Amino acid sequence: MPHKLFRFNGGVKPATHKTDSVRAPIGRAPMPERLVVPLHQNIGGKPQPCVALGDRVLKGQVIGTADHWVSAAVHAPTSGTVRAIEPQLATHPSGLPTLSVVIEADGKDEWIERRPVDYASMAPESVRELLRDAGLVGLGGAVFPSHAKLSASKKTPMEELVINGAECEPFITCDDMLMRERGEEIVRGAGIFRDLLEPKRVLIGIEDNKPEAIAAMREAVAAAGESFEVIAVPTRYPAGGAKQLISVLTGKEVPSSKRSTDMGVQCFNVATASSAYRALTFGEPLISRIVTLAGNVEQPRNWEVPLGMTIRDFIALGTPRADTNRYLMGGPMMGFELPGLDAPLIKASNCIIAASPKLFPPPPPEMPCIRCGSCARACPHELQPFELYWFSRAANFGKAQEYHLFDCIECGCCAFVCPSHIPLVQYFRYAKGEIWGRERDKKAAESARARFEFRNERDEREKAEKAERLARAAAAKAADNPLASATAAPTAASPAATPAPAAAVTAAAAAAPTSPAVPGEAPAATGEASEAERARKAMIAAAVERARAQREAAAAARPHDAATSPEQ
Amino acid sequence: MMIYAILIMALGAVVLGASLGFAAVKFRVEGDPLTDKIDAILPQTQCGQCGYPGCKPYAAAIAKGEADINLCPPGGADGVQKLAELLGREAKPLDAEEKPKQTALIDEQRCIGCTLCIQACPVDAIVGAAKQLHTVVDPLCTGCELCLKPCPVECIAMNPVGESLDNWKWKPPVFTLQRQA
Repeated sequence: MPHKLFRFNGGVKPATHKTDSVRAPIGRAPMPERLVVPLHQNIGGKPQPCVALGDRVLKGQVIGTADHWVSAAVHAPTSGTVRAIEPQLATHPSGLPTLSVVIEADGKDEWIERRPVDYASMAPESVRELLRDAGLVGLGGAVFPSHAKLSASKKTPMEELVINGAECEPFITCDDMLMRERGEEIVRGAGIFRDLLEPKRVLIGIEDNKPEAIAAMREAVAAAGESFEVIAVPTRYPAGGAKQLISVLTGKEVPSSKRSTDMGVQCFNVATASSAYRALTFGEPLISRIVTLAGNVEQPRNWEVPLGMTIRDFIALGTPRADTNRYLMGGPMMGFELPGLDAPLIKASNCIIAASPKLFPPPPPEMPCIRCGSCARACPHELQPFELYWFSRAANFGKAQEYHLFDCIECGCCAFVCPSHIPLVQYFRYAKGEIWGRERDKKAAESARARFEFRNERDEREKAEKAERLARAAAAKAADNPLASATAAPTAASPAATPAPAAAVTAAAAAAPTSPAVPGEAPAATGEASEAERARKAMIAAAVERARAQREAAAAARPHDAATSPEQ
Repeated sequence: MMIYAILIMALGAVVLGASLGFAAVKFRVEGDPLTDKIDAILPQTQCGQCGYPGCKPYAAAIAKGEADINLCPPGGADGVQKLAELLGREAKPLDAEEKPKQTALIDEQRCIGCTLCIQACPVDAIVGAAKQLHTVVDPLCTGCELCLKPCPVECIAMNPVGESLDNWKWKPPVFTLQRQA
């Protein structure tokens, strides 16, 4: 019985450009001499470096430990020496640096001791921990730590596990080739996820423009004796979006406020499944992935590359043509322009496209929105991009949020169909960034207010405590020697003569600001205190003198400034 | 007949008066809600640049109508705009220069451990002990500059907060206008 398929709203059919890079089998990229491994390659906590400069590391050794639960460890992709732990150009549209470990490969490619495990005999918690420490993240591009997705919802029973092999973006073929060549690994990985989540069905969704992959996966499922369904889904971008694939395969729409597990569905990419299998069965952490090299290159092909290989080393494998002017990471719909060739390949890198003006002509100028509504018809999330656009453009972010800006997956369908060539996604990204920035500021302000209020409260309390202490001391003195204190401090003496603490508190509190030392106690303490005080004063005076000398030296270096402001 | 009308009116007045009196006690709002709303907009740097000893007193002064809405430099023009919207007033240009966000940094070579800056910091963002090196907890610093003056050795400097991957934002699309032929 053929599986009943559902459909999602809108979507587009861009030219796929997928045939060039699937002619050759997956190649194994040569190990470069220098690898740059960024520590923060996942959504969530930043892994902390756990190696030191000059350390020798082995292939698969942890170099960054996971920070908190939603985080994933980072490993050395080969054996070699740690040459630097410093900020390096990040594989990110900003062109900003990120803390990275630079490893000089020694060419031996020597593995750390690998510990294969029999996960079936382990507690699910320890399997999840193992996957976190193996650095497993979603390899479809979102890089969300996979172990955090491997717990079923407590309320809803898990019904379907979706393995995502749709790969809907143009140019990208890494999942296609992986399914063709390593179907067994994917099926076994899906088996691991199945055992952890215990769904009723496992559905493997593949776009129908990949018949070879579908055949290979069916064969692999049959060979493994599993009951997984391999389902061809119609080719329509973005069928590979998690929510879209779930709705095509199961008919379930995941509401914006919920996670897919709340609906009894969970979705993983095929490459994530195969990496999970390798992590548990061979003890190999995530240190390499398959990356498509496509576009304006002589030899488009898929390569298995060590994570941390620089884009420069990688593109050399495909010989870019002379008119290549920039490189994109990801597909042409959702990818971004790389800030430089020194950026490394990371867990999120699925495809590098060499772009030329011929392949990607510069966009025509933006024209005014004509309110045609094409974008709303194309939006797979059934949003109203034209409304979002007006609000984002007018910086009316509250309204944009009301129109569910944060449900936008930035797939680019709206911009693709816009007859006015408005870069809608850029506006949405800008609006999201601004909203996040404001949230951050607001949180910071709130915590500052809380600290300020706490500090004021503490100051008050300390003042009250000090006053009480002084009052008690005064009361004690007065009780010991009522006559002396009476002559020394007539104001404090009368209530203190009868030991009544409450009255003494008020008296001392009144006395405290005017006379810092309590009468009677002062003479004994003065000797020590003044000496300590003198030493301290001398030290501060010396420091002030030093500072003044430094200032004068600085002023002397700039005679003009010194003339205008001699004191400063 | 007239007496009934008077009695009914009197009864109504008593009932309504009692219910109003009850509501005034039962649903009493602690503090001034307007002050809190204004305080929520202010950036909580507690810097005193507005002339009030903290954000809350300034908020109270605005609520009472004693202070203008454009006295908060850390809040910037954006903050003035928000206050104007909340209070239904005309937005005004800021009565000071707008500065990019800064945080304090203590020069470790020069710090003498006098604790004066710790006492001055309104948001507990400086840690240290007497005669021990002090340091600013960077994420907590609001850039109020209140620690600069008390330092006897002038070892505190303000540094602008640069762009990093944590606070980077997508820029709005920019297009160059083209002259029509």
